[in-house]
Amino acid sequence: MSVHLKQDRPDTRNVLDKTRQGVIGAPLPRPEGLLKTTGTATYAAEYAAEGCLEGVLVTVPVVRGAVTAIDEEQVRAMPGVVAVLSDKRMTGRPAQGMAGEAPFQPAQEVCYWGQPVALVVAQSFEQARDAAKRLVVECRGEDAPLDPAAVDAEESESTRQGDLAHAMAEAAHSVDITVTTEGHASAAMEPHAALAQWDGERLTVHASLQMLKFNRAELADSLGLEQDQVRLLSPYVGGGFGSKLGVSQEVVAAALAAMQLGRPVRVVMSRQQVFQVVERRSETHQRVRLAADAQGRLTGFGHEARVSNLPGESFAEPVLQSSHLLYAGDNRLLRLEVARIHRMTAGSVRAPGEAVGVQTVEQAMDMLAAKAGIDPVELRLRNLPDKHPENGKAFSSRKLAECLERGAAAFGWEERPRAPRHTREGEWWIGTGMASAARVHSVVEAKARVTLRPGGTALVETDMTDIGTGTYAILGQVAGEMLGLAPADIEVRLGDTELPPGSGSGGSVGAASCGSAVFLACEGLRRKLAERLGINSDDLTLKDGFVRWSGGEKALPELLGNAPLDCVGHFEPGDSTQDLAVSSFGAFFAEVAVNRWTGETRVRRMTGAFGFGRVLNARTARSQCLGGMTWCIGNALTESLLFDPVDGHLANCDLAEYHVPVNRDVPDCEVLLLEERDAAASPIQAKGVGELGLCGGAGAIANAIHDACGARVFAYPMTPDRVLAAMPEG
Amino acid sequence: MPIAINGEDYPLPADPRTSLLDFIRREAGLTGTKKGCDHGQCGACTVLVGGVRINSCLSLAVTNDGEEVTTIEGLGTLAAPAAMQMAFVAQDAFQCGYCTPGQICSATALLEEVAAGWPSDATADLGAAPELTDEEIRERMSGNLCRCGAYANILAAIREVAEEAA
Repeated sequence: MSVHLKQDRPDTRNVLDKTRQGVIGAPLPRPEGLLKTTGTATYAAEYAAEGCLEGVLVTVPVVRGAVTAIDEEQVRAMPGVVAVLSDKRMTGRPAQGMAGEAPFQPAQEVCYWGQPVALVVAQSFEQARDAAKRLVVECRGEDAPLDPAAVDAEESESTRQGDLAHAMAEAAHSVDITVTTEGHASAAMEPHAALAQWDGERLTVHASLQMLKFNRAELADSLGLEQDQVRLLSPYVGGGFGSKLGVSQEVVAAALAAMQLGRPVRVVMSRQQVFQVVERRSETHQRVRLAADAQGRLTGFGHEARVSNLPGESFAEPVLQSSHLLYAGDNRLLRLEVARIHRMTAGSVRAPGEAVGVQTVEQAMDMLAAKAGIDPVELRLRNLPDKHPENGKAFSSRKLAECLERGAAAFGWEERPRAPRHTREGEWWIGTGMASAARVHSVVEAKARVTLRPGGTALVETDMTDIGTGTYAILGQVAGEMLGLAPADIEVRLGDTELPPGSGSGGSVGAASCGSAVFLACEGLRRKLAERLGINSDDLTLKDGFVRWSGGEKALPELLGNAPLDCVGHFEPGDSTQDLAVSSFGAFFAEVAVNRWTGETRVRRMTGAFGFGRVLNARTARSQCLGGMTWCIGNALTESLLFDPVDGHLANCDLAEYHVPVNRDVPDCEVLLLEERDAAASPIQAKGVGELGLCGGAGAIANAIHDACGARVFAYPMTPDRVLAAMPEG
Repeated sequence: MPIAINGEDYPLPADPRTSLLDFIRREAGLTGTKKGCDHGQCGACTVLVGGVRINSCLSLAVTNDGEEVTTIEGLGTLAAPAAMQMAFVAQDAFQCGYCTPGQICSATALLEEVAAGWPSDATADLGAAPELTDEEIRERMSGNLCRCGAYANILAAIREVAEEAA
């Protein structure tokens, strides 16, 4: 049995508010928690396989060229070495998220510095690593454009409405700033890894991937296999943040080696390879223009950005994504362009677009507030558009004003026009800043099977992944709420392409998409149970393993009997959002200390208030927001990919030189989750939360730096040298 | 001399290039200890050697002959978890879980180090016994990266265990 819904209309029934189990939204601990804290959860590289060989990828130090010769013989003679692969099906780049087809092949056509071109396979990891280092690869190198500012860019999107230049000229107050952001790495803690086994007909790969149904198609296409010959397993993924959306080079290489050698082969990227060969977030060069009347009401809004990517890649960091709908302004110019350069593939890193776009707009808003003499929170409240400022669509739901107001109250925001350098403690200037948060919403097709087992427990199955997001917890809670079961009585199985294809984890789509699939499956099961009782399912109350209706009560196991009852829920996005603007919103508040002599910035506290539809688990949702706010600190102060301008290599390709926040960088953080129901977003009225906490917060820190010491820094990250250079004398 | 891991002896590896981390994961089959960077930069591979925390990726297995190593599996199990392992669950002090065993090994050692009077960069008075302030915990946990950004909850979990023990 299956239940299919293509959601063409908002679902205002709010079914999960009428059910009685009381677990939806509850801050329950993760069911897999103890597996993770005892080291029992098994990640891709950790499966045992009899006779498993170890593969190490070999990369080349040219930005463009082609492999002309590989001296296999020399390393083949080394102890333990079994094979050197340079198969034309090896992939040079990772697949973009939801590509569903092979990424760039052959790997031996080199497009960026550090591209993997071959795989050395040996009996042990140490042997393979040694041989990979010694493998001589001859490569014909060519010059290639490396500087995004030095090439002609292609236009990717543009919106023109009214006359922004005229609005700027007529404005009572205006801001025109240019801001740069440097590239970011996902830097998930688990390096990309694959363990491939081939039985002559079918390939089984344990891998660290986010979106299995797409990844299976990408891998099958890369290898020339049918999809049903490929099984992928990723029940635990040690972080993704975009870097595991598409099938990456080690998965294809491990599969090819296993198929050629007829033995299991494991390939794990080194940390340096992870930095060099998987996706980066593009650097950006942005211009923001704001025109306002004397009361600070926007009359013009401009946001232009230049990003980069390799030739042939369709992805362009969608910097303007939320700029289209965040603030008012009749005269608008939004323009995105892409420079084609030879750095590793640019793709999705947590919150693509908003993670670098919103903070820039928020800096400009802060400057406008100062010019207009208006409190920054008040300026935002004055400029929330009644409807989408470009297409006139109504907002499906928007908690932005409440987030601004409640966040300000929780933080203890002092309402006043900002004048910097108001507080000094020893050698530290203290200041506060704020910013709005916005992240567009989307859902994708997803299926899940829910089985009621004799005895009254349930099983939820989908190939959906849990990359730390809380999928195991929330899918159990949706099922528990619908079926009247305690989450302890529900088993959730994820991360196996043998199971019904879910959405995958990426773009904050997972909870709403897969949660809806589980919801639909449970609606089907409720109807089945009602049929057995000869009643309407609306008359059914399921709670604590009991079935109640107006005419009586029965224990669930009694009604089920000896046979399991299952249903596949199939959710598809439809037209429900066609006439609406659907997005998650929030607000950030930050207090920083800036050292007057060194320019060092320390974040002292942060508050985030977020509205993202129904909260499915208040604990895991809060953790997602905390994680995003932690990323804001790195984004604002320390994270940048640094490329050598001469030979194009990534100079800081490890965790010592690419600075992600550490424990001591993260202060006390408060998270407010504002309950919201978004009927158009999904049948469970939920939107996404995995990325929202990163969308704008770096701007709050930037604005706090200015409030503290008077430095307006227009380059992220705001490292001490940049803050010092921008700091006024005195 | 063999290496004792969680009380069980393992003969030294034949290949001297084998790191203690790879030895633990591969030859002892204890995959709870994670490889995040293999360069001592992330802390995911943290284990206790003679009760002291180290990055096991920076140590060759053969240099640990005769040592007693404790990994995450030695601190507690599914059937009998340690207080720190339970506190991490209670405080949601992890998301993806990959850095978690290293965090817990570090946190366990941290409490011992403070109790033994070892100072840190966050210790105001080097002459006095360090107090277990939030800043002390944050400083002493800063060798263990968590990209999911669970630091605030990690602090809460360690504080929970410290307060229960007090």
